[in-house]
Amino acid sequence: MKTQRIIFPYAVWSLLFTVLPLILMFTLAFTDSSEKLTIDNFLQVGKYSSVFVRSMWLGGFSTLVCFIIGYPVAYFISKIHVKNQGLVLVFMMIPMWMSFLLRTYAWITILENNGLINTFLRSLGLGEIRIINTQWAVIIGMVYNFLPYMVFPIYSVLAKIDTKIIEAAQDLGANKQKVFSKVIFPLSIPGVISGIIMVFVPSVSTFIISKMLGGGSNLLIGDLIEMQFLGTTYNPNLGSAISLVLMVIIMICMGIMNKFDSEEEKRQAIMM
Amino acid sequence: MRVKIKRCNFLFISILFMCLLAYGCDINRDNDNVTINVCNWGEYISNGTYGGVNVNSLFTKETGIKVNYTTFQSNEELFAKMSGNGAAYDVIIPSDYMIARFIENNMLEKLEFKNIPNYHLIDDNFKNRSYDENNEFSVPYTWGLMGIFVNKNMVDEPVDEIDWNILWNEKYSNKILMFDNSRDAFGISLMRLGYSINTVNLSEWRKAAEELKKQRPLIQTYVMDQIYDKMGNGEAALAPYYSGDAGIMVKSNPNIKFVVPKSGTNMFIDAMCIPKGSDHKKEAEEYINFMCRTDIALANSLYTNYSTPHKGAYENLPEDIRSNDVFYPGDDIIKNSEVFVNLPSEINQEINALWIQIKTGGENNPWILIAIIVSGMVLYILVTLYKKNMFWEVVKMASIKFKDGNVMEFTVGTTILTTI
Repeated sequence: MKTQRIIFPYAVWSLLFTVLPLILMFTLAFTDSSEKLTIDNFLQVGKYSSVFVRSMWLGGFSTLVCFIIGYPVAYFISKIHVKNQGLVLVFMMIPMWMSFLLRTYAWITILENNGLINTFLRSLGLGEIRIINTQWAVIIGMVYNFLPYMVFPIYSVLAKIDTKIIEAAQDLGANKQKVFSKVIFPLSIPGVISGIIMVFVPSVSTFIISKMLGGGSNLLIGDLIEMQFLGTTYNPNLGSAISLVLMVIIMICMGIMNKFDSEEEKRQAIMM
Repeated sequence: MRVKIKRCNFLFISILFMCLLAYGCDINRDNDNVTINVCNWGEYISNGTYGGVNVNSLFTKETGIKVNYTTFQSNEELFAKMSGNGAAYDVIIPSDYMIARFIENNMLEKLEFKNIPNYHLIDDNFKNRSYDENNEFSVPYTWGLMGIFVNKNMVDEPVDEIDWNILWNEKYSNKILMFDNSRDAFGISLMRLGYSINTVNLSEWRKAAEELKKQRPLIQTYVMDQIYDKMGNGEAALAPYYSGDAGIMVKSNPNIKFVVPKSGTNMFIDAMCIPKGSDHKKEAEEYINFMCRTDIALANSLYTNYSTPHKGAYENLPEDIRSNDVFYPGDDIIKNSEVFVNLPSEINQEINALWIQIKTGGENNPWILIAIIVSGMVLYILVTLYKKNMFWEVVKMASIKFKDGNVMEFTVGTTILTTI
């Protein structure tokens, strides 16, 4: 009874700022500008399928890169001395204390045609690379901004793994690769799943990264939605419909991901 | 003890609510100390830096009316804010075509010009323009022309010969910037084709869109304000923009020239209006009148670098600005320029669709999106079955039923539903 009451402020908060806006979004998505019921908005969303494909490909690829870079980092941090772990984590977090916009803006100066990388390459006589305003620039921006969200969940799961389990595996004759592939990695799957979700969801729906680094022609779903609400093509009904379709896609992705997660946890429970 | 803590919490929460309520009441309570909400473009008023006066604080000092000053980035954003009912402003300063749209949607108050005696100081050339034909709703604030910023080091053509066509020149591929704004981008394409920028002929808009699609591979990036950085540090060679920004741009890089194409261009007028539902119309008119005072108009023009429609301010400007034909071009250029007017909503809708098509790169197949969602769901079901180790059972069952000639789909469907 008492414990239920303590969530009251949050309940009010989420009712006002999550549930109500969602209802509003639903009504907007199913009506037109003269407030008549219609499904026309959803038929129109299909016109932008290439934007959805691009967003999912860029978001998915960035997530993969984050995983490939982030997992070894998390593994490394969990293996070093506990005293130093905090220090390394702080180093990972320092960039996150800066404004997200500022960090992305800095990448413009680095990647530009006359930017740091190209000036350096030219001074060595190596020619230049064209990277700003391409999809690669968007991927770099996403990986840079969202990498910590991959590292932290994986790290926290890895750090919690009981060393006795690893020792037991070693006692039973498993070599290093076996220990990793049969014990450590399966146990870290919940962290990997939440890392993937925490990177994929913001990457798919970002708009400022593609706007700043993608040159305005690498339009993502976020940009499309922003255009409908604050941009030049004002149409909140269509914007709501696009948001709803995006929500459905993300829910499906998360549903698939969670299937792996819950199953793994169950197996763990049996093992223990 | 426990009871005490609970009471404390309760007290805390009620204090919080009271604070919120008090904050809400505050606006209505002090009527003698009125606050007006002003919404203007960013960097568009003299704010006390560069030796000018701080217009808003001077207004408060002289009249006792407080100013809550906010900014917007595009006319469309202002429209979105106004039509969302979320924002109540007393004075807004949109551009010509957006004023026409506001008037059409009955979103502006008629001005009481006897409260704005300084209105007679505005040049007659800027009154009664097409967006507000009888000049009932707006008082001009600034004006300017659209032109092309050219980095002379990177462009070979002599400045005199530069026309809109240069933005389609493959020689400058990846060195061209373009408006990230449908109306301006389409305007350029229409002017290049020799059409009116206010044409109501849909086929002309489609033609303009075709040209913009052809131009897309040559464009380095679609931007608005970022143009300062990109032109200033030599990232781009050509960029269309408004004349008011020429001052800042040329200061940052002396190689940059502002060219107004001889074939004609777009002229814009930003004007002050009062939205419907303003609680302080009289004070808002007082503010507009204040903005039309010679010293204030002069300070604003010097700060923003935009041309002023105010006769008194123009006469007091330094000679080098007055004679600079970037800011005050000859009559032939002004005559050759067209002001945007509001378009019928079906054309606006078509433009929006075309613009998104240009930016996303052509037509899209709606089935791709449906395929993604459906395959996602199928994958979800397969994973679920696989995880429950029922994947092969279902397949086996299905194949047996299939051999038996039974209705396969039904069985599979029910099996899947029950397993999930």
